[in-house]
Amino acid sequence: MANTATDQAFVEFERVQKSYDGETLVVKDLNLSMPKGEFLTMLGPSGSGKTTCLMMLAGFETATHGEIKLDGQPINNIPPHKRGIGMVFQNYALFPHMTVAENLSFPLEVRKIGKSEREEKIMRALGMVQMQDFGGRRPAQLSGGQQQRIALARALVFEPELVLMDEPLGALDKQLRETLQFEITRLAHNLGITTVYVTHDQTEALTMSDRVAVFDDGRIQQLAPPDQLYEEPENSFVAQFIGENNTLMGTISKITGDQCEVTLDDGEIIDAKPVNVSEVGQRTRVSIRPERVEMNKERLSPDAHTLKAEVLEFIYMGDIFRTRLRVAGNDDFVIKTRNAPDQVRLTPGTQIDIGWLPQDCRALDA
Amino acid sequence: MAETMLAADGTPLKRSLARALRRQKLRALALIAPLLIFVLITFIVPIASMLFRSVENDIVANTLPYTVEALADWDATGTDLPPEPVFEAMFYDMFLAAEAKRHTRLGTRLNYEQTGISSLFRQSGRRMDDIADISYEPLEDLDKSWDDGETWYALFNARGDIDSDLLDAQRKRIAALTDGDTSADINFAPDAQLSALLPLAAREYTAWAVYVATQNNRDPADRDPWESVAPALVTDLQTADLSRYSGPMADMLRAAQQAALPAPDYAAAFADMDDDWARPQPWQTIQTHSSAYTSGYFLNAVDAQKTPEGVAWQPEEKQILLTLFGRTIWMSLLITFSCIALGYPIAWLLANLPMRQANLLLILVLLPFWTSLLVRTSAWKVMLQQQGVINDVLVWIGFVADDGRLIMINNQFGTIVAMTHILLPFMILPMYSVMQTIPPSYLRAAKSLGATNWTAFWRVYFPQSVPGIGAGSILVFILAIGYYITPEIVGGTKGVFISNRIAYHISSSLNWGLAAALGTILLAAVLVLYWAYDKIVGIDNVKLG
Repeated sequence: MANTATDQAFVEFERVQKSYDGETLVVKDLNLSMPKGEFLTMLGPSGSGKTTCLMMLAGFETATHGEIKLDGQPINNIPPHKRGIGMVFQNYALFPHMTVAENLSFPLEVRKIGKSEREEKIMRALGMVQMQDFGGRRPAQLSGGQQQRIALARALVFEPELVLMDEPLGALDKQLRETLQFEITRLAHNLGITTVYVTHDQTEALTMSDRVAVFDDGRIQQLAPPDQLYEEPENSFVAQFIGENNTLMGTISKITGDQCEVTLDDGEIIDAKPVNVSEVGQRTRVSIRPERVEMNKERLSPDAHTLKAEVLEFIYMGDIFRTRLRVAGNDDFVIKTRNAPDQVRLTPGTQIDIGWLPQDCRALDA
Repeated sequence: MAETMLAADGTPLKRSLARALRRQKLRALALIAPLLIFVLITFIVPIASMLFRSVENDIVANTLPYTVEALADWDATGTDLPPEPVFEAMFYDMFLAAEAKRHTRLGTRLNYEQTGISSLFRQSGRRMDDIADISYEPLEDLDKSWDDGETWYALFNARGDIDSDLLDAQRKRIAALTDGDTSADINFAPDAQLSALLPLAAREYTAWAVYVATQNNRDPADRDPWESVAPALVTDLQTADLSRYSGPMADMLRAAQQAALPAPDYAAAFADMDDDWARPQPWQTIQTHSSAYTSGYFLNAVDAQKTPEGVAWQPEEKQILLTLFGRTIWMSLLITFSCIALGYPIAWLLANLPMRQANLLLILVLLPFWTSLLVRTSAWKVMLQQQGVINDVLVWIGFVADDGRLIMINNQFGTIVAMTHILLPFMILPMYSVMQTIPPSYLRAAKSLGATNWTAFWRVYFPQSVPGIGAGSILVFILAIGYYITPEIVGGTKGVFISNRIAYHISSSLNWGLAAALGTILLAAVLVLYWAYDKIVGIDNVKLG
């Protein structure tokens, strides 16, 4: 894992704030530290401040307050062209009046690198993205995926230690996106580059990253590896934002250590794990992943609470079944079950009992 | 597959498609038809006919048809005068032209080529009667009947065969001379026998008859002919063989022949009228410019002229137009470059400011369009003149002495300043529309790749804005090269353009042929530039919005 590479932070945000109009903060008190070689994704809805953070790191926006450090050096006053950070833009930003090779040559020329060395580096960079034969083409003659590969090669050709990517795959179709996700991660890890990746696509964030920083309202809501983020969201925003999620509103009625009982609004009682609730009587939003809901009572502990549910809709999705239920007054309660030979296909109108392991049900802030 | 594709009903697919598209095309044509017709009638046709005047030169041959014919064999490069038949032809051409009051027009035309010929023609036209009287008065003295129009009518009107060739030729001659219609019935036809016997007199009488009948609506039967028939008759009688003639007035004709009346010595008569006719120059001018189409106006437009020896430069003191062309192109280039220099930053700012501020700025850019061109130019006059605002301010802050006020108007400086200001929006708008399409991420990408601000601009942004510069430059240059009002008002004598000269020839000197030639050259220059631009930059790269 990346954190083992070095203890010293390579990229650091210290109490960074950013305001455009002097009235509202777009980024509120951002603290972040990244070790060398890490692939970190900034994930969040639009307007959450993630792109602003990236632009401050690249040098295109200045921080209103706080300090950004690169390899221990404050870079607030260093202009973008001296930071030596590679960047991949959402719309590729390949220079349309230059050929692919000229595009790649550009960062080397401004660094006054000799012609033969330039050509060698260009060929190597094109080789990394399997585009050796396209050096003479213009960007307009390439497909979207090819352009993205070239943009990637251009960001890497001058061998930066840090690469920033601003929603680079946003304009591509699903299949191409998945191929490139894999290629980008492979390249980043093979070359040992530190990468900051901005996206609003949670699947992308989960599959590519060493760690994900979930942004909302100008703050990092949670910074964690993907599995932890998905399985142990620390607040209800993260729980809602990452993956599909069932929520039930209720009140804490009993807390014992890492287990609690929640009285739902219609009076039923369920077991849950308290995450950021602390006292009895507090309002809470209970969150359960659709695939962790259990219909088979035998897999639950004998004293587990169960809820009555009515099947509203059954959707066949190939590898999984998706069943929509009415649970405790919530019509959008979804469960997902694997398409296994013994799996029952529920018909609408059926009444069933559902339950879950207490640790899968997280009581979060309301 | 080499086979043609077929539509479902078996017709070739291409024909089927063409049929399907025909309605659309017709509708599109119908939509543009009103404008097309309007432009065609009010713009393209008049301009084409105006430009045609640059080569049109039939006025010489129309006014002096027989002279031009007689002059054809004369060697104009020598010092000899043309032979007698030329003077004779000139007399009858000139007499008719003077009666039709067309000789001054020709004088004006030839005066472009030889100064002074206009007054020569005007004065000579008045004195044609004096030459005619040399023969007319003795003829009248001989027999009073010659003074009677009926005598002449009876003599020449057809009794047997009609000389229809002569009649047609004279109809054409009068039509060409007067630009009028001569096809009406004239109640006269030349007698074939008489026209063979007395060709010159028959010709002149027929010409007169056609003229009075078609242009004055008189019946030639009861009008007296012009005096020019008398010298024609006397000249004819010197050689005519009347021995077998037995038609009307046979006795009168024989009497006149025996009296040996004096025919004018045309050359002497012309020399007597004005010394200039005894010099070869006017004859050279007439001969050199006698063709129906001429390159003379175009030669004049580039400070050259036609001479009997061929093409030659104009005399030094008349050479002005090449200088003017050069100045027009040079100053238009200067104006275009100052528009680029001043407009580029504005266009950049417009394209990169937030919407609200950009709109405000755009309004400021377009503001000059809301005031009249004349007002703006006059404002520059107020600003730039020696007692004007700028000079006053400079004197007030002590930058220049009161007696050393800068001359900023009525020279090239004034023209360049005022025209740069007026044409600036035409540069800014195309540049703006191109720059708007260049995403700011290109500059960011360049900087992130290590380029300084200048390198990023010069190598990444600027090349992409070139189509805008190209479009703006073409627009401004073409507008500038044909500009008229502003140079007229602030240009003085040193800062005027070729178009001011065109206007002068259109409205003051009335040398429309030269004006048309100048205009045609200007048009051709613009088209050549356009073509060159297309070859170098590619017209597809031009974006106007």
